[in-house]
Amino acid sequence: MTKIDAKIPSGALKDKWTKHKNNINLVNPANKRLIDVIVVGTGLAGGSAAATLAELGYNVKAFAFQDSPRRAHSIAAQGGINAAKNYQGDGDSIYRLFYDTVKGGDYRSREANVYRLAEVSANIIDQCVAQGVPFARDYGGLLDNRSFGGVLVSRTFYAKGQTGQQLLLGAYSAMNRQISRGKIKMYNRHEMLDVVIVDGKARGIIARDLVTGKVERHSAHAVVVGSGGYGNIFFLSTNAMGSNGSAAWKIHKKGAYFANPCFTQIHPTCIPVAGELQAKLTLMSESLRNDGRIWVPKNMDDVKAIRAGKLKPTQIKEEDRDYYLERRYPAFGNLVPRDVASRAAKERCDAGYGVNQTGQAVYLDFASAIERYGKETAHVQGLDENDKALVTKLGKGVIENKYGNLFQMYEKIVDENPYETPMMIFPAVHYTMGGIWVDYNLMTTIPGLYAIGEANFSDHGANRLGASALMQGLADGYFVLPYTIGDYLSNDIRTGPISTDHKAFEEAEKEVIDRLEHLINNKGTTSVDTFHRKLGLIMWNKCGMARNKEGLTSAIEEIKALREEFWKDVRVPGGRFEFNEELAKAGRVADYLELGELFAKDALLREESCGGHFREESQSEEGEAKRDDENFKYVAMWEYTGNPADAILHKEDLVYENIELKTRSYK
Amino acid sequence: MSKSGLFKSSVGRKFAMALSALFLMIFLLQHLVINITAVFSPDTFNELSHFMGTNPAVQFLAQPILIFAVVFHFVMGMYLETQNRAARPVSYKNYKGGANSSWMSRNMAISGLVILAFLVLHFIDFWFPEINTKYIVGDMSGMHNGEYRYYEELLHKFANPARVIAYVVAFGLLALHLLHGFGSAFQSMGQNNKYIDGLKKFGVFYSIAVPLGFILIAISLYVTTLN
Amino acid sequence: MNLTLKIWRQKNADDKGQMVEYPISDISPDMSFLEMLDVLNEGLVAKDEAPVAFDHDCREGICGMCSLHINGEPHGPDRGVTTCQLHMRSFKDGDTIYIEPFRAKAFPIIKDLVVDRSAFDRIQHAGGYVSVNTSGNTQDANSLPVPKADADMAFDAATCIGCGACVAACKNSSAMLFTSAKVSQYALLPQGKIEASNRVQNMVAQMDAEGFGNCSNTGACEAECPKGISLENIARMNRELIKAKSAVKH
Repeated sequence: MTKIDAKIPSGALKDKWTKHKNNINLVNPANKRLIDVIVVGTGLAGGSAAATLAELGYNVKAFAFQDSPRRAHSIAAQGGINAAKNYQGDGDSIYRLFYDTVKGGDYRSREANVYRLAEVSANIIDQCVAQGVPFARDYGGLLDNRSFGGVLVSRTFYAKGQTGQQLLLGAYSAMNRQISRGKIKMYNRHEMLDVVIVDGKARGIIARDLVTGKVERHSAHAVVVGSGGYGNIFFLSTNAMGSNGSAAWKIHKKGAYFANPCFTQIHPTCIPVAGELQAKLTLMSESLRNDGRIWVPKNMDDVKAIRAGKLKPTQIKEEDRDYYLERRYPAFGNLVPRDVASRAAKERCDAGYGVNQTGQAVYLDFASAIERYGKETAHVQGLDENDKALVTKLGKGVIENKYGNLFQMYEKIVDENPYETPMMIFPAVHYTMGGIWVDYNLMTTIPGLYAIGEANFSDHGANRLGASALMQGLADGYFVLPYTIGDYLSNDIRTGPISTDHKAFEEAEKEVIDRLEHLINNKGTTSVDTFHRKLGLIMWNKCGMARNKEGLTSAIEEIKALREEFWKDVRVPGGRFEFNEELAKAGRVADYLELGELFAKDALLREESCGGHFREESQSEEGEAKRDDENFKYVAMWEYTGNPADAILHKEDLVYENIELKTRSYK
Repeated sequence: MSKSGLFKSSVGRKFAMALSALFLMIFLLQHLVINITAVFSPDTFNELSHFMGTNPAVQFLAQPILIFAVVFHFVMGMYLETQNRAARPVSYKNYKGGANSSWMSRNMAISGLVILAFLVLHFIDFWFPEINTKYIVGDMSGMHNGEYRYYEELLHKFANPARVIAYVVAFGLLALHLLHGFGSAFQSMGQNNKYIDGLKKFGVFYSIAVPLGFILIAISLYVTTLN
Repeated sequence: MNLTLKIWRQKNADDKGQMVEYPISDISPDMSFLEMLDVLNEGLVAKDEAPVAFDHDCREGICGMCSLHINGEPHGPDRGVTTCQLHMRSFKDGDTIYIEPFRAKAFPIIKDLVVDRSAFDRIQHAGGYVSVNTSGNTQDANSLPVPKADADMAFDAATCIGCGACVAACKNSSAMLFTSAKVSQYALLPQGKIEASNRVQNMVAQMDAEGFGNCSNTGACEAECPKGISLENIARMNRELIKAKSAVKH
């Protein structure tokens, strides 16, 4: 096993970043004009990085598979963005944000990276406000905060339920400024299909124009991948339909190590699967758990009656309900972290208490919140607190003010009024903590190739806290990468433009074209989506919320078999030189069919339960996750050697000098 | 991006449309007030008509401005309409405009053209004979057989029921044009916020009352000729 | 449910295109509209026919990618939703559904129902930003209080998802609602006021250059906007432009 160097600067935790910034090499402004950087993906991480690099003077080429940078899936983030501003004076600090993030991640993230994230978090808010991002404000005109799960302070900044949208449009506007200056050349509807390595360094990409189908060569002195996560490997997830893991997988195959692929976040509050033909799942913000109580019936007879449509949830008496989160975790109740809440829902449904036709749903009930708020409001307004109809009406008003848009979204999809009857929810795949391994500089194991945002593995360990994804994406793009990339590029000031005539470009392009040709000419019988659905089922059943040795072992075999079938039997209609979404999808699913195997292999190796990764073999008598720090306190880094099954494991030991490792307890 | 004058931008042109519209609406009100006198006091009507027809300020300052406003409003309106049509070269097979907007808002060009056709008739009826009498024949007296001729000529025209019907139809379309146009003009000038609800209500009142006034006058004159 | 779909098929930008009829059966009312199209496409692929190309991504009404003109209206008959949020329960068994691309000269068709909305991006390039660098040395976020009412109005304008329904609904294919939403957001915030004059002039000039039609205040855009962007934004932009153009140049 090779020694892994994460390039963490020496010195005290709080001084590392400052010291590092003072010591790294810089590129002078005149020389920056001679350097090209490719950024793949234009979400919060890619968009902010592209804008900042262009501001600094580099020539940026940015790539997005959608028709505009503004469509990246960061736009769908609802809740908010954390920052250690301590505007509320409730004892927040950089250290506390750092501590919460490491603990929330179940001690599987790198201390130095997380501390830096907490350190720059405050600056993100300053930057976004300066850009004109309309955050929520209080009547004094100052910024408002709300709280999120797993923490004891109020540090989340938000813009109603559309924080991700506003932040992404902020980054997009910063990009637009640079596009108009000619410093960013934007390639919309382009998909990266490979990275090009020249003399051991990342020097460009091969991309396909999704409109014309033309395969193009693009060169640069460095390549940054900010292409998001791979949650869509499960077919059904809260990710956008086009979100894919291909860019990450391609660079992995060219030598970038993939870290902790099995670390997946399954979000507890999503709208349950309604039918076999469903294409995507919708998230209901975590903020709902502030006021909603989660339950299933205590008695199996009630469950049966509900499924048969003979009983309504509102008719079940209080004493016949099992508020299982409150029962199991009295200290945190409904506000336990996401991984814990998801597993508990699965436990009840597995025991047969699921409340919809498929048995895969639990209730999220607002009745008691409506009553509580109603009474409060009646009291404040000097009205009759015992008038039930009045109290309900007032209570509904309060709930509407807080969650109106979410309730409306739910009603649109499910066609039931959540003010009158409890919502039905079930966990769904939401985020991938695993990703491309990067060092402290966010550089992958390929020199000159960087990974940022959800695409890398760095900051969230085995479980991400709410409102931290936006923070990480922008921290990487605005404040970390633009510094660290200069250190590498300072050696390239005399390199001159990179020619795309190099043999490496030729080879990479040929490989890409061969594969496209193969897919188009395969003329099989089965559609891409059918394979994707099958893969999703294997992943969900065997690599989902609970995993065991037997299931993972068989998943590896099933995925392998499915992959072979895919290459034999996939049908891609149409041609290569046209707008052909089936062809684009086929390439992505082909990559998932490889990544899935590595995913299962990684999950099989990690014989402990931590964060979102729950191995049934490793649990306490009460069914709680049992971490094994003695044997698994490391980052699993996989090196590709031609086949996912033969990937070589490297380990980065995680060193905790500033935090004491503890068992997470929410009881 | 080159910055050029206000009226080279779409927004500026709409602003100009709105300004000419406002001027025309004020003129319309003034015209209505004079016409009302024809119903209640033919003498007052005669005197006012003579003043308007012979006062140099009205004739050589206000009248050209008015004509310019009419021509401008029409030409600019048609120019913008042509641009608008060009902005969608292939139309929808199924287009449900009524689902999201009113008929009059979508058909300002049609109501405008009808009003224009009416103006031609109106000019043939009154303006050309006037110009002929005053500036070609040279009779600036306004008299016929020792009396002011204006009211008599007016009655004479409205004795024809076909003309009355044409007027009624034209004013109906004017009402539709105004119902959208009044509020639209203020919107184009940038005036739209919660404080101008009253103005909008006045707009509806104006758009119905003014054309209705003209219609009632036409009918009343026709009835007068029957006696 | 059994339905008849009439869908615009067009191979590429140069093709003439035509409406093609597809019967479809066994559609559940709980399906989303796009899932119904997924089913249609699955069937077409099985028959080795080209699937219908349409833009879509997040399928939760926020990315702005989906863009269908359904039964004569952008995003279909429901209000306040995008196509991906439209469900089949809004239709009846036996209905004929017309599905067309968003039509405008400035939105050329790429294929079938997919259009090129890059004109919107170019309008944003012309001024849809505050010229502030991401230096990390900006002043503290709370050093510049913003009245809550202004912040809320700016937010409402900023919720535009850039889908283009305003253009598609407008009989003139005008992009005023889209452009004014961004102009308004910045005009309402102190951060945006500094460049307000140049911004509105440049963005309107670009909007005109793209070949969108003129605004005739029909209000169709506001009615069809999935995010409820208000016409007040257009008035505000008109005001800003008139102010900017009539200001004495220094």
